[in-house]
Amino acid sequence: MSTAPASDGLAVELRDVSYSLDNRKIISGVTFKVAPGETLVLLGRSGTGKTTTLKLINRLLEPSSGEIFVEGRSQLEWDPIRLRRRIGYVIQDVGLFPHWTVEQNVAMVPRLESWPESRVRERVREMLELVGLDVAKFAARKPSELSGGQRQRVGVARALAADPPILLMDEPFGALDPVTRAELQREFCELAARLEKAIVFVTHDLREALLIGTHIGLFSEGRLAGIYKPDEFLHSSNAEARAFVHSLDAGESMDRSSPRIGGRRRKT
Amino acid sequence: MSFWNFLINDRAEILSRTLQHLLLVGAAMLAAVLIGIPLGIALVRRQNLRRWVLGAANVIQTIPSLALFGFLIPVPFLGGIGARTAIVALALYALLPILTNTYTGIAGVDPAVLESARGMGMTPKQILWDVQLPLSMAVILAGVRVAMIICIGVATIAAAIGAGGLGVFIFRGVAMVSNAVILAGAIPAALLAIGVDFILGLVEQRLTP
Repeated sequence: MSTAPASDGLAVELRDVSYSLDNRKIISGVTFKVAPGETLVLLGRSGTGKTTTLKLINRLLEPSSGEIFVEGRSQLEWDPIRLRRRIGYVIQDVGLFPHWTVEQNVAMVPRLESWPESRVRERVREMLELVGLDVAKFAARKPSELSGGQRQRVGVARALAADPPILLMDEPFGALDPVTRAELQREFCELAARLEKAIVFVTHDLREALLIGTHIGLFSEGRLAGIYKPDEFLHSSNAEARAFVHSLDAGESMDRSSPRIGGRRRKT
Repeated sequence: MSFWNFLINDRAEILSRTLQHLLLVGAAMLAAVLIGIPLGIALVRRQNLRRWVLGAANVIQTIPSLALFGFLIPVPFLGGIGARTAIVALALYALLPILTNTYTGIAGVDPAVLESARGMGMTPKQILWDVQLPLSMAVILAGVRVAMIICIGVATIAAAIGAGGLGVFIFRGVAMVSNAVILAGAIPAALLAIGVDFILGLVEQRLTP
């Protein structure tokens, strides 16, 4: 049983959570809290346990030790199916059902929850508008008839459809072209600010983390190296944080040294 | 005696043998589908069983059909002379393509689709019925189609153990050294195979997502 009750008003709380697979520690001693309205970005290199952490929250994986609280209740008290329906989930590969229309995909959780059909339709309309897709044009399409960006918009609409208080996003914009990515990132920021959800967002892109996160949790070798506000992160003395900040600088200086049309190169 | 004469004079028997043939194949296919599809689904969840079951089905497939009919005759309950043995043997032949295609189809469903289905709170049952089966239906059906063709062909051998069917004409024709009689069995069998394949092809097209 839990050693201490969960803190009030939190959507997600991890306490000293570890996860091992075949005697190999994937993550260890991870502790963090996310309140409604906050977006915690888990930032780290590939293979540092960010995705694993995310999957522990909606119980696609079970922790080896430690405790996880969702909406103030220990995860063990939740029925996993009920729990997952209260948590929106968006992944990089989107995972829309290819044999269902956009409408059916977005309506998935409300229908699983047996909402009355009129309310489901209304909700699908709202959600598609929310993510900027024209209902008349897109509702009847199959996922194969959408662009990558449109697909991910539908993915977000589907995740939000049953109005879950928590949203988990695993590199949702990672597979998009840079222009579409920037567009979706900007829109998502506005959406997140409006929706008052607790969001946990995984990325390895510092720019994205700075843009989207209210907090940044830095992962390094299966541990949470620290949790920072975006402006704190830029001035952190942590070696891994500095490595990320340097990579950002490196990218910018490369931009500067690349040839520009019209000779508008900045003098250094 | 020409083929056409035989066809006209013995059309009643040809028709009843064709029907008999279809019944043998139908019963065997029903059994193979009822066993093969659930077993194929089970293999996806139990990877350790996979090698053994698919191995066994492969071995059965390599037994010559006449030998398999022969082997089954002394087996109690399943064997003996007549239609029952034939149906068992045909079902065993039909099993492999149905089993492998069910397994391949379900195992081939996009992992991202499964992860989102699970992550959004579908129960294992809902995932099977609403996601895995519809998405692998075309592949499963392709297996059923292959099994059907195999069955219609192999069922001609069933006459050797007294199960009837179109094979009766073939064996009789061989004994009488009459091409006309052989063709009276072979041509309807071939037409059956082509017709059934065509119909299942249409169904497969309709079910392809």
